[in-house]
Amino acid sequence: MFDGYTTSEVMSIFAMQGFAGLSLFSVFVLMALGLAIIFGQMGVINMAHGEFMILGAYTTYLTSGFFQSYLPSLFGGYFFIAMILAFLVCAALGALVEWLMIRRLYHRPLDTLLATWGLSLIMQQAYRSIFGAREVGVELPEWMLGAFNVTDLVQLPINGLFVMIIALLIAGGLYLLMYRSGYGTKVRAVVQNRPMAEAVGINSAGIDRATFALGCGIAGVAGAAFTMIGSTGPSSGQAYIVDTFLIVVFGGAQSLIGTIVSAFGISQAQSTMEFFMGGSMAKVLTLLVVVGILMLRPEGLMALKVRR
Amino acid sequence: MNNSALSKWFVSREGVYYLLLALLLVVILPLVLDPFRLNMVGKYLTYAFVALGLVMCWGKAGILSLGQGVFFGLGGYCMAMFLKLEASSPENTAIQSTPGIPDFMDWNQLTELPWFWEPFHSFSFTLLAVIGVPVLLAFIIGFAMFTRRVGGVYFAIITQAIAAILTILIIGQQGFTGGINGITDLQTLNGWDIRTDEARTTLYFICVGMLFLCLFVARLVQNRKLGRILMAMNAQENRVRFSGYDVAAFKIFVFCLAAAFAGVGGAMFTLLVGFMSPSFIGIVASIEMVIFCALGGRLSILGAVYGALIVNAAKSGFSESFPELWPFAMGALFIGVVLAFPDGLAGLYRSYVMPLEDRLFRRDKDKGAPVAGTAASKPAAANENDDEPVIDNYSPEKS
Amino acid sequence: MNAAKRKSGDFLLAVEGLTVSFDGFKAVDDLSFYLDPKEIRVIIGPNGAGKTTVLDLICGKTKASSGSIKFAGKELTRLKEHQIVHSGVGRKFQTPSVFEDLTVFENLEVSYPQGHSVMGALAFKRDRAVIEAVEEVAETIFLTDALYEPAASLSHGQKQWLEIGMLLIQKPDLLMLDEPVAGMSVAERKKTAELLRVITRDHTVLVVEHDMQFVGDIADRVTVMHQGRVLSEGSIEKVKADPKVIEVYLGH
Repeated sequence: MFDGYTTSEVMSIFAMQGFAGLSLFSVFVLMALGLAIIFGQMGVINMAHGEFMILGAYTTYLTSGFFQSYLPSLFGGYFFIAMILAFLVCAALGALVEWLMIRRLYHRPLDTLLATWGLSLIMQQAYRSIFGAREVGVELPEWMLGAFNVTDLVQLPINGLFVMIIALLIAGGLYLLMYRSGYGTKVRAVVQNRPMAEAVGINSAGIDRATFALGCGIAGVAGAAFTMIGSTGPSSGQAYIVDTFLIVVFGGAQSLIGTIVSAFGISQAQSTMEFFMGGSMAKVLTLLVVVGILMLRPEGLMALKVRR
Repeated sequence: MNNSALSKWFVSREGVYYLLLALLLVVILPLVLDPFRLNMVGKYLTYAFVALGLVMCWGKAGILSLGQGVFFGLGGYCMAMFLKLEASSPENTAIQSTPGIPDFMDWNQLTELPWFWEPFHSFSFTLLAVIGVPVLLAFIIGFAMFTRRVGGVYFAIITQAIAAILTILIIGQQGFTGGINGITDLQTLNGWDIRTDEARTTLYFICVGMLFLCLFVARLVQNRKLGRILMAMNAQENRVRFSGYDVAAFKIFVFCLAAAFAGVGGAMFTLLVGFMSPSFIGIVASIEMVIFCALGGRLSILGAVYGALIVNAAKSGFSESFPELWPFAMGALFIGVVLAFPDGLAGLYRSYVMPLEDRLFRRDKDKGAPVAGTAASKPAAANENDDEPVIDNYSPEKS
Repeated sequence: MNAAKRKSGDFLLAVEGLTVSFDGFKAVDDLSFYLDPKEIRVIIGPNGAGKTTVLDLICGKTKASSGSIKFAGKELTRLKEHQIVHSGVGRKFQTPSVFEDLTVFENLEVSYPQGHSVMGALAFKRDRAVIEAVEEVAETIFLTDALYEPAASLSHGQKQWLEIGMLLIQKPDLLMLDEPVAGMSVAERKKTAELLRVITRDHTVLVVEHDMQFVGDIADRVTVMHQGRVLSEGSIEKVKADPKVIEVYLGH
């Protein structure tokens, strides 16, 4: 497979593909974190998660358009506003969806899966009606163009680096929220023993809604980040959904670190193999390996051994 | 005992429902529809096989597979490979650089038939493979997952991933599979031209026949102790396990049964429609199959047929006149069927139409004390009509 | 302990050195005890002593980290749950777990030890032998009149009896009951004690129970567990007088 490449070329291929993998990793991490906290907390899978991400992307697209037309002088900073807006829009819609739909399906995780799939169909078609079927892209501010030249052969694009930093910051923030804040303590209390948590006065329904909204909000941020490295179409979200599910399950559903590690592993494997065997086979092989491992070790990479 | 009288009453009522379906499919539709429309109905019916499998697997046993398209597709591809080989005889393909292999292989510079295509020269092997290949894959997946106690959401996600994998694989391996276009231009089955109106009508009737065969198999499983175990497992898995049942074996069985149904449906699809492509396998197609089952009523064997017919007819209708509205309708259907009527049409029928029937035909409701055959219903469905019999459940006779 | 000197083959159940840990926490720690045929043994102990876990280990619901469980000379730790059931161990859970949507008759029928394979369940027929067995058990568990009622309509106590009946129809040699009288009325408790007396004529019974009154009524011998270990063993009078037991129950 390495015929015709010198050692240094192979190393730079790994480095470049590794970096391309890191951009993918950033989107994966943000998507998967949102999905993981919802799954960990409520045991439900949000099939419309990809569409929430795309909602964040369209929010960013609209914000960039607004800045271009009305505040061109501040264009360099629009992304930060867009990211906050994307979070708020998606979190608000998430809270609404939880209130209208998810809470009625409590204890019926499989039905939640189907209902949120229905929601995803509606959201996709709504995007198609509003924004058209064509993919849209945002204009990057000038400081995000260009690349670092690490060596002669290895170039790292700034937008990719930027997205990765955002992903890591959010992952860190989420960690602090989950393990160092009152809200996080309550979430973990509800996860471990719902009736007991309720008995000590934790509003578990409120925690559910907040967690669902938070997960969707993070998907929105993922969408904002997504616009920095790719263009957005009505069904772009669907392309990521299977990978993201597998990442969450593979990482061990209730482990944030596991989610990050598995996002890293899957994105790296995929993008490295992509160079040698083309996109579709790389994807097939990655998914096959993941599914194979999950069949042998269904509890995922980092699951606690608990008494059930 | 009134138990057996009751079961007779039920059999007759159930018998009427089957008879009505047969009347609709065998007499009414062929009389009122032109061959083109009838062929469309046949195509919808091939999905009823999948929906029927989901009734057994998801409705009764609580195992939701989001990858039924995989088994449908495998059955369909097996049939398509046989038909394609027949269509690619050296005489028909003389203009190719390698005559005697399917055209898409020739376009992809293949010079000989891949090994896994070879057995599909044989019709009897193909018939075996239509059921065998899906069942084998289902067995492998089921064995790996169920013996390790993987179920629920995890199982759904993994089966969905498998649907994604197979689709990408088929599209990526164009030379071996025909790629995204699938296997097209199928002409004859053992020399019999399947593209004529007469052939398509004949195939329609074969499809209806196969469907009834599968319906009776499903009904047999449901009405035996096996069916009660499946539903009991769904409600109290541990009690079943500690009553001495190998729960995993039962789950593997029902998953394989669903795969077999889907495989037959896929093969019929290929015959009726004349081609097979990866778009019938993927994530979207697979999850749509669940809605056929859910709309009909996840516990109702006959509901599966009506669900598949109605959703697909509606889809064709919408796509012809308002294509942009269909995804909204479909989305609303998913949400509605889950939130508002989890027992689907069968549930609605039971609560609104059956009482009318009872009044119309003066059936004595009080004659049949508590119904013995009312097997466990899903917790989701438990809040309404708990003591009402499921449409096609009847109590096994006491001898 | 004199029991240990006897060959473990003499016992119906011999648990030796049984240990299980969850993430380092030893729920059951080097536990050994022996059951004679036709004995009624009650396991008592404070909350978290590992009583239910012991039942889980014997019936295969939880896998042991080390140690052995010999039942009628057969090693259970390597068997699957349904194989353990087939070798003659029945287990009742703490909360009644019966099939609510099936009738009492069908609940018992499902537990009837025949047609337990997939094909067997497909071929299973309700013949005379099944009906007789069901009716006999129904009488033992005081549910003859409710035979054709759905289990959902039974009272809490009746559901407990039904679950015991579902074990009886399997004709197990060892019955394990987890808190059989929890949530029962006084009258139901009396009847349950009576039921257990009938059962022990031809079964060995292992019970986990809190209610000391009830324990005194039924137990031949009592094993007191504390922090995953055996604290004391013997007749109810003997363990009640054991200073270690008094310390654990009253000392904190």
